[in-house]
Amino acid sequence: MTELATRVAGEDPATAEDLAIRTTELTRRFGSQTAVDGVNLTVPHGAVYGFLGPNGSGKTTTIRMLLGLMSPHAGTIDILGGSIPQAAAEVLPRVGTLVEGPAFHPYLSGRDNLRRLDAFDATTDPSTSGPRIAAALDRVGLTAAAGKKFRRYSLGMKQRLGLAATLLRPRDLLILDEPTNGLDPQGTREVRSLIRELAADGTTVLVSSHLLGEIEQVATHVGIMSAGRLLKQGRLTDVLAETSSLVRVVTPQAAGAATVLEQLGLTVTDLEVHTVAVRLDGLAPEHVNASLVRAGVPVRGFTVERPALEDLFVQLTGEGFDVVR
Amino acid sequence: MSSVDAAVSPRPVGARRGLVWNRQLGSELRLIFGRRRNLAMLVLVTAIPVFIGVAVKMSTPRPGEGPPFIGALTGNGLFLAFTALAVCLPVFLPLAIAVVAGDAVAGEAGAGTLRGLLTIPVSRTRLLMVKSVGVLVFLAAAVLLVTVAGLITGAVLFGTHGVTLLSGDTVSIGNGLARSAAVATYVFVDLVGLAAIGLFFSTLTEVPVGAMAATVVTVIAFALMDSVPQLGGLRTVLLTHHWLDFSELLRSSPDIQSLLGWSLLPLAYAAIFFTAAWARITTADVTG
Repeated sequence: MTELATRVAGEDPATAEDLAIRTTELTRRFGSQTAVDGVNLTVPHGAVYGFLGPNGSGKTTTIRMLLGLMSPHAGTIDILGGSIPQAAAEVLPRVGTLVEGPAFHPYLSGRDNLRRLDAFDATTDPSTSGPRIAAALDRVGLTAAAGKKFRRYSLGMKQRLGLAATLLRPRDLLILDEPTNGLDPQGTREVRSLIRELAADGTTVLVSSHLLGEIEQVATHVGIMSAGRLLKQGRLTDVLAETSSLVRVVTPQAAGAATVLEQLGLTVTDLEVHTVAVRLDGLAPEHVNASLVRAGVPVRGFTVERPALEDLFVQLTGEGFDVVR
Repeated sequence: MSSVDAAVSPRPVGARRGLVWNRQLGSELRLIFGRRRNLAMLVLVTAIPVFIGVAVKMSTPRPGEGPPFIGALTGNGLFLAFTALAVCLPVFLPLAIAVVAGDAVAGEAGAGTLRGLLTIPVSRTRLLMVKSVGVLVFLAAAVLLVTVAGLITGAVLFGTHGVTLLSGDTVSIGNGLARSAAVATYVFVDLVGLAAIGLFFSTLTEVPVGAMAATVVTVIAFALMDSVPQLGGLRTVLLTHHWLDFSELLRSSPDIQSLLGWSLLPLAYAAIFFTAAWARITTADVTG
């Protein structure tokens, strides 16, 4: 898997200046468990990066380290050209964050909670605080509930307030951890279109989620974590096209076909009387077909199936429902 | 968006630094003084001198009974402030400080708002400074309220003729008020040490009630140890040992040297625990 990740990165060489986020060999342990294990995250400027992984795979720990909430045991972090935590004061004001659900003071209203966050931001102008807060609330549809106490908010309203907090000032990068958690379908659509709008303005977005269908709709890039390791990352189209397309060959000599395919270094995922399925693993389908024909395998049918993100996800992180650790 | 763009500068510079500090502290004070629980505690400590004053007015106590200075009360109203401070100092004021100081960092960590503040970003040192000053302002407000409520209630119920000191000398009202201010300051300094202990506990946990309880238990432990004569000289370094010695200020010529010396003790506690709180908050992982 690691060699595949390298291959993807190698085809899209990016220097530090092109990257909004870059980590090298980022590692964090909790006791004997390595929660984040040598992660090399590369998020290009302007990307909408879907950060995926099962529960407990190390996504949130990685995000906490990106934001300087937690210190790594090894590795380096660069965000918007500055290293974390040294340059946090310069860099983080340009980063809007929603980490691990919206957290606000229960006894303050939504508006007063935003006022408090804005008051603590040394880079904003107090004289424009009111209009900026009103605009942020309006953008997430909370204007009517702005004066309500936070503890009276529904989960969806809380989530919206968390998003509003990221919009208090212009941002170059948004780091959103499960931003659609608790939202109804309407709210989910709104968040998606908000992410698209912000990305269209040039904001880079890193969005973690386990809702794969949703990520597939907005993401330009993806990274998939499992058990602390970044198994795969790159452009969504590349990742889907190169690594996980399936080829299904219909032939009377299925066993012979399987041998040829295995000689090509491919993994047979399904073998029946008349069909063989293999993962392409980046090989061009026409090359596979030519090899079969050259080996004398009668090919009756040859289909390339482009799997959804979910197939890739399951392929990489396993089928099991159980938390891995 | 363009007007918003213009409103943002990459870093605070020069004269803006003070403004930033004022905004942050203002927000912190609104949080502390906007909390109903904290206001209730302030109302409670304000009510204590009123309660004592009315009780004394209704039944003249015999000398030697009841809280300190209560016998001197009927003679002059100013003594109500001293009585009230002496009553509040062992329990009510420490409790109020423990709640606000214990909540300061642990409350934000427990609610998850700490990570919101740190990712704005606010430096951890700055956050501790804002939190500390917020707690000290609340402490000052509490001590001031007890003192002022005592002075006003005393003046209304017992009048403001010449102030007779513990030594028997009589001084002017102005002199009496100056002594009241000095006593309030002494009490404030006493409690600064406790506030720092509360802040330190607050950096250790995400459960604010735990930090509050630990702070209160610390006061009780100090008071208990102070009541064990066998501890001898060790008792003089207990935080609470000189708390009530503000009576020195009610003598005709108070021993200022001793008072200053006693005040160094809570300040030393404050320095130690504030440093510990700083060491903790600047290194801890924020997982809440």
